[in-house]
Amino acid sequence: MVIFSLGIIRGIVGQIVGTAVGLILVTLIRLLMGLPAWKAEPAMIIGALIGAVGFMIGVGALSDWFKWMGGKETPMHHGPPTDKPAWTRYFSVDYNHKVIGVQYAVTGILLVLVAGSLALIFRTELAQTGLQYIEAATFNTLFGMHGIVMIAGILLGVGGMINYLVPLMIGASDMAFPRLNAFGFWINVPGAILVISALFMGGWDTGWTGYPPLSVLAPMGVQAFMLGVYLVGISSIVGSANTLVTVAKMRAPGMSWFRMPIFVWAAVATSIIQLTATQLIGLSFLMVTVERVLGMGFFNPVLTAHAIEVGSPPGNVVLFQHLFWFYSHPAVYVFILPGLGIISELLPVFARKPLFGYKWIALSSLAIALVGFLVWAHHMFTAGMEPFLRIPFQFATMLVAVPTGVKFFSWVGTIWRGKLEFPTPMLFVLGAISVFLIGGLTGPPNGTVTTDLYLHDTYWIVGHFHATMFGGFIFPFFAALYYWFPKATGRMYNERLGKLHFWLILPGFWVQSLGQIAVGLLGMRRRIADYDPALGIQNGHVWITVAGYVIGLSVLVMIYNLAWSARKGPVAAANPWRSRSPEFQIPSPIPEHSYAEAFVITGEPYDYGLPGATYVAMNPSAAPAAAD
Amino acid sequence: MSASAISQAEYEQQESANRLGLWLFFASEAFMFAGLLVARFYLWGDTRPHLDQAVALIITAVLLLSSYSMNRAEVMIAHDDRKGFLNSLLITAALGVVFLIGVIGFEWQGHIRPTDGAFGAVLYGMTGMHALHVVSGIVFIFIVWNNGRKGHYSADRHWGVHACAVWWHYIDLVWVFFYPALYLIGTAQ
Repeated sequence: MVIFSLGIIRGIVGQIVGTAVGLILVTLIRLLMGLPAWKAEPAMIIGALIGAVGFMIGVGALSDWFKWMGGKETPMHHGPPTDKPAWTRYFSVDYNHKVIGVQYAVTGILLVLVAGSLALIFRTELAQTGLQYIEAATFNTLFGMHGIVMIAGILLGVGGMINYLVPLMIGASDMAFPRLNAFGFWINVPGAILVISALFMGGWDTGWTGYPPLSVLAPMGVQAFMLGVYLVGISSIVGSANTLVTVAKMRAPGMSWFRMPIFVWAAVATSIIQLTATQLIGLSFLMVTVERVLGMGFFNPVLTAHAIEVGSPPGNVVLFQHLFWFYSHPAVYVFILPGLGIISELLPVFARKPLFGYKWIALSSLAIALVGFLVWAHHMFTAGMEPFLRIPFQFATMLVAVPTGVKFFSWVGTIWRGKLEFPTPMLFVLGAISVFLIGGLTGPPNGTVTTDLYLHDTYWIVGHFHATMFGGFIFPFFAALYYWFPKATGRMYNERLGKLHFWLILPGFWVQSLGQIAVGLLGMRRRIADYDPALGIQNGHVWITVAGYVIGLSVLVMIYNLAWSARKGPVAAANPWRSRSPEFQIPSPIPEHSYAEAFVITGEPYDYGLPGATYVAMNPSAAPAAAD
Repeated sequence: MSASAISQAEYEQQESANRLGLWLFFASEAFMFAGLLVARFYLWGDTRPHLDQAVALIITAVLLLSSYSMNRAEVMIAHDDRKGFLNSLLITAALGVVFLIGVIGFEWQGHIRPTDGAFGAVLYGMTGMHALHVVSGIVFIFIVWNNGRKGHYSADRHWGVHACAVWWHYIDLVWVFFYPALYLIGTAQ
């Protein structure tokens, strides 16, 4: 069967078989123990876990490791498959970081599309008061699903940028652990399948945060959602460890830490968060799982008679929120730091000026990552948390604004008196700055206890959050897609369609975000399917919904543009943007092994417009490279 | 377990990358174990359940002892003593199994049940998560033992042995924090 030569098909078959094995296994064990044979949830959990292993075996991500366990050595395959068409490598395990980067990015875009479509469904419902199209329970599942699928999609987009760009930028031939890299991508696929399958298991009504006690009582969909997140978390952990080792060990000669491209700094900062904090969301979801299935009362405040007899204290729901937000607040920095890195990376290219305050920018990424570990409880000001924690967390939260402000000043300083050019990537960079400013300025009122008590759980938070995500991730991600598209495909995208995309999404997003902020201040609660017509916010909701459709349309324009241009676009030059970065000094599309010869770093990365400045000497054995 | 064709310098370069990757994974896992400790102190405060102190002391001693035999295994392969290396691995795995029997067969048969509020949840959560890691370590030891039996690893090239040993020590170290948190700190109820 030809179709089974595709890894992803074998993987899905493996997942189905594995799930069935798990279901049968649990049922048999229950029969042997003399229990009623069928109990859905334990069977589903074991089925999901064995199914995930089945997927990874089927797709072939574990093959080399199994051989190693048996003491056999395996060569590192490189290049497109010899017996199959070249495109099939994107649907199978491949160890080239550029292929894996594209796999990450495309899967990420797909998930973002799914999550965005779910949002359009419940936004349509919210355009009028009353319930017209969907029931309240469906609404709950849809917004929870929108949240978590978006998060998975964004994490994959981040993984795409880091995997594709970091080895190229530091002159490494690949990531430090190529097999682990492929594993890290593919584990997302069964994870995403599980999360989406929650739709067919009754959904769930907690939103993406999964707070107990509701998540302990919710339909089984919550279990599928949590297990899926667990798998995506494994990807974050192994991917970030890989990135950190790659950056630490494989930089080109002469590339000291402060001569790395700024995006690499952002990748390091992001990876530090992903490596460590991800464990805590995994742990908190695991605790909910064992509470649901085994009755272990981490969060249940009600004690059994026997528990009282042994003198046990009760469980505490606030513990979940501490563990959960210890990851989930820093997670937003995982999303935005690479995006902010893209902004700093692209601005000097299109302003033809040195990046203003390189060291400050580099260290501000680290500072955001580290301070980000100390702010989680600002999500819990209204949760009944210990009152003495409020003020320290308020001030720690305010502290995040300092390194973020450093970035804004640097961007303004870089633009100042530059010779600006405005191709699509630059438009998205400037749009990102404007949108991130909305998100940034609406942040401190949420971090201040006095104002947060009023703003908490209103649409103001929704507006703030979406502005940070669009400014910090979506806009820069689109900028990166257009910017590196010629390097990845060897062809140029259509500039007019690119500009159309931008001029649809920017006003669309402004209206959506400011609309959300406005209705929030007027009394709209978040996460509810209906609102009182007397609030007078229905017009605002109509605007938000229409803007949502405009954003959706603009993304379709981009996908058409990129898909068409990848095959039919004009052939791209090696360095269409006159960039100094090493990946633009080699042909488009980038060859299989990237650099034919190791290069040497001889100067500062962002000295645009300075006569005689060099950054990369491409052929150190030959004559010195010409100045930019 | 890299290709034997590569030079010693390349092997050592790969090994240094592997080592950093392993330690980063330890840092990651440390956050998970720390999260469990946070749960213990958040929920139990300065109390703790009545547990069998003798069993706990014995299994703790057994696990600490197993780190010694694990270290012997690594030192012996570094001196090309294959027989002693393989035997030390088996001793380590056996001590690990004794530890597991102590946890599951004795510790978990006490009067505290998993459903007993925060006492049950934290006790079984922490010991269960740790026991799962001990199981992973034993599996790892058997893979290394099996490869060692077939003649893999040498005095110069035994990254797999080293990784297994450090992983085992790490699991041991986690218990050094878990044991007092569960058995010594706080007033028994």
